Amino acid sequence: MVKIADYAGGPSAWCPGCGNFGILIAVKRALVELDIEPYRVLMVSGIGQAGKLPHYTKGNILNVLHGRTLPPATAAKIVNPELVVIAIGGDGDGYGEGGNHFLHALRRNHDVTYLVHNNQVYGLTKGQASPTSDQGFVTKTTPQGASTPVYPLALAIADEGSFVARGFAGDSEHLAGLIKAGIQHKGFALIDILQPCVTFNHKNTYAWYRERVYKLDESNYDPTNKIAAFEKAQEWGDKIPIGIIYRKPRATFEERMPALSKGPLVRQKIDPTQVEKLLKDFI
Amino acid sequence: MVNINFMIGGEAGQGVQSAGHVLSKVLARGGYHVFADQDYESRVRGGHSFFRVRASDAEARAISEPVDVLIAMDKESIDLHQKEMTKQGIIIFDGDKIKDTAKSKSLFSVPLERIALESGKNKLMVNTVALGAALALASYDKQILSNVILEYFGAGEVGKENVAAITAGYDYVKANFKNEFSHKLTPLGNGKRMLLSGNEAIALGALAAGCKFMAAYPMTPATSIMEYLANKGKDLGIVVVQPEDEIAAINMIIGASFAGVRSLTATSGGGFCLMVEGLGLAGMTETPIVVVLAQRAGPAIGLPTRTEQADLEFAIHTSHGEFPRAVLAPATVEDAFWLTVKAFNLAEKYQTPVILITDQYLASSYATADKFDLSQVTIDRGLLLSREELAKLGEYKRHQVTESGISPRAIPLEGGALVVTDSDEHNEEGHLIEDAETRTAQMLKRLRKMEGLRKDIAEPRVYGAAQPEITLLGWGSTYGAMREAVDLVMKDGLAINLVHLSEIWPFPVEAAARDLQEAKKIIAVENNATAQLAHLLRAETGYQVTGKILKFDGRPISPAYILKQLKQEVR
Repeated sequence: MVKIADYAGGPSAWCPGCGNFGILIAVKRALVELDIEPYRVLMVSGIGQAGKLPHYTKGNILNVLHGRTLPPATAAKIVNPELVVIAIGGDGDGYGEGGNHFLHALRRNHDVTYLVHNNQVYGLTKGQASPTSDQGFVTKTTPQGASTPVYPLALAIADEGSFVARGFAGDSEHLAGLIKAGIQHKGFALIDILQPCVTFNHKNTYAWYRERVYKLDESNYDPTNKIAAFEKAQEWGDKIPIGIIYRKPRATFEERMPALSKGPLVRQKIDPTQVEKLLKDFI
Repeated sequence: MVNINFMIGGEAGQGVQSAGHVLSKVLARGGYHVFADQDYESRVRGGHSFFRVRASDAEARAISEPVDVLIAMDKESIDLHQKEMTKQGIIIFDGDKIKDTAKSKSLFSVPLERIALESGKNKLMVNTVALGAALALASYDKQILSNVILEYFGAGEVGKENVAAITAGYDYVKANFKNEFSHKLTPLGNGKRMLLSGNEAIALGALAAGCKFMAAYPMTPATSIMEYLANKGKDLGIVVVQPEDEIAAINMIIGASFAGVRSLTATSGGGFCLMVEGLGLAGMTETPIVVVLAQRAGPAIGLPTRTEQADLEFAIHTSHGEFPRAVLAPATVEDAFWLTVKAFNLAEKYQTPVILITDQYLASSYATADKFDLSQVTIDRGLLLSREELAKLGEYKRHQVTESGISPRAIPLEGGALVVTDSDEHNEEGHLIEDAETRTAQMLKRLRKMEGLRKDIAEPRVYGAAQPEITLLGWGSTYGAMREAVDLVMKDGLAINLVHLSEIWPFPVEAAARDLQEAKKIIAVENNATAQLAHLLRAETGYQVTGKILKFDGRPISPAYILKQLKQEVR
């Protein structure tokens, strides 16, 4: 049995009280509860405070460029579908710099779990507005206030994301449940995580979120209803829903690739003589 | 010596390309050496395009400009190319459709559309009729035409109709053309050569090398590589992804390679610009990748369908920071195949990016080549540890500091060891660091790989006179034209040779210096405006060229162009 200690990592460089700690605990917990050994996990992370998470736990780690988390993560999954691939980034990383990759990974439905640490602000570059900053959010680079934010969950639903969820870093237990469900989901699982930034975001604080978040109860909320999901995805203000907002399984990218019918690409032999029959086409 | 140059000219959409390809195949099947190139505009319909096919009983290494037979599908083709005709050259055109042509004894009207409708009931077959007509001029073997047509269009109705069309065109010329046409093309027996484009050779090379993953965004002139590979998935175990952009493409192949398979992307200059940061990621994380950069005329969108060799220095310096890489520039379709195989081996051996730089001319030209001997393909995956080796090792460090700079590589999950790497500077374990000592150790480790890589770079090709008065210096696709130019000049009694690089980076400093130390005059031959190889030569060896033969109008360099410019250089 896998234990929490198996996922112990190096010392963290996050600020004390950072929302990232709650996410780190939830990730470890989900993997332990699913009994997944670290060597089976590939964590691909971007740049930003979120991108450091893999270094504070264990697994195979590919820490890539800012905004480019999804392309390598999805490709690694194609090459070896037996890897448990978790992509990790922030709101600037995933919804700003990497926004195009986000839209298209959803569409292709790779079997990857994508955690977005959404603190609505840039931390690593010290406090500028992010794509999800609330409208009017004043920073050094947006003295006139931020424009209207992107609604990542609504974008994901519009794009037929097969698993669209939101968690809260202040509720690790609930978040761990979402991450578990995301990993178990066959297809692209987006988990947008509300993450207080104790240093640069003095608006969206732990207290601010705690007053607003509520859990969607699957007994009276149907996550397969796209219209209802759209409404929930844009509910932001006095009440903010967390939980699985939309779920609609469909064929994954990997399932549609004929080359994978013979097993993971990484285990397929290299044999130059296979090309002989193709050479004949050119004569 | 038998040498005949065909040209098919017309609008995009008139079947110029397919007719040119069939013609090339027909000639190759008859045992001729074929070299064919395409010139087309960046549009789907209309405009002017042409396809040149040169058939020779000796090796045909480049285009050759004078046209012996022009198949003109429209009036513009006559107007534009009449001046390129040889004295005995014949222009085949449809006099029913194209009126008002200037009087010329080279014009020979064949009612192409009428014959197409009568023979095949389909006026789309005018290009097939024209092929029959052109080959009848050279009294080519009719059976070969039918065989190739049936292979190309299938043995069904379409194939049969096309055979009828090509036969009718052939017979019309035999019955009506009364003048003497100077060229006869008798089949030479050996029809066993391959006919393929540079891009097809790269695609085959990738498959032979065991490439299992490709991600690429369509961009002329690189697209046909992904198109060829995309439907080979089931038989050859390769996945081809067309992602949202070139940034995704290069980052995808990094992920795929990290997960353990040989991975490829292909693009042109504009797409390569978007890959710049990703290339550095491969360098920093020591992930093997192969990037095909099929150059076209830049900057920006430039001349999208036309050729240029202006990205060499860009390829050598792409991305910020300093890291090892190899840059290979195939000269021919054979080179395109073998250097692709080599690119994958070097990438894995040195765990770093390898750029295969071609251009529109090589990418979309067709040439005959002896069938590739697959028994000569070697696969060198470098220091890739097995599960057993990793188990014995105990602690695994992805970026272990070694004398060669090469750290043993492991594949996530497959080897059991945890594989950790970072785009930030990192320690041996792959975790991010900031201290000066570790940074320096890792930089030196990565850069040491250049020393091994340098030893694996082939020496320049040298050809021609032993005591040359003039030395032509070039790289990549201009080799064929340079070589033919050398032969032509030597025939005139002038001592000339060529020094040509197909493997450019790390620069073969000693070999290039040795090959050039006796040179009296070095003349750079490059399809660009600033002589980038000459610049590199000066930076790396101190040698300076004495003259330059350059071309940057989007069109390839031909042997005749080199001769013409050479006369000005040496007068």
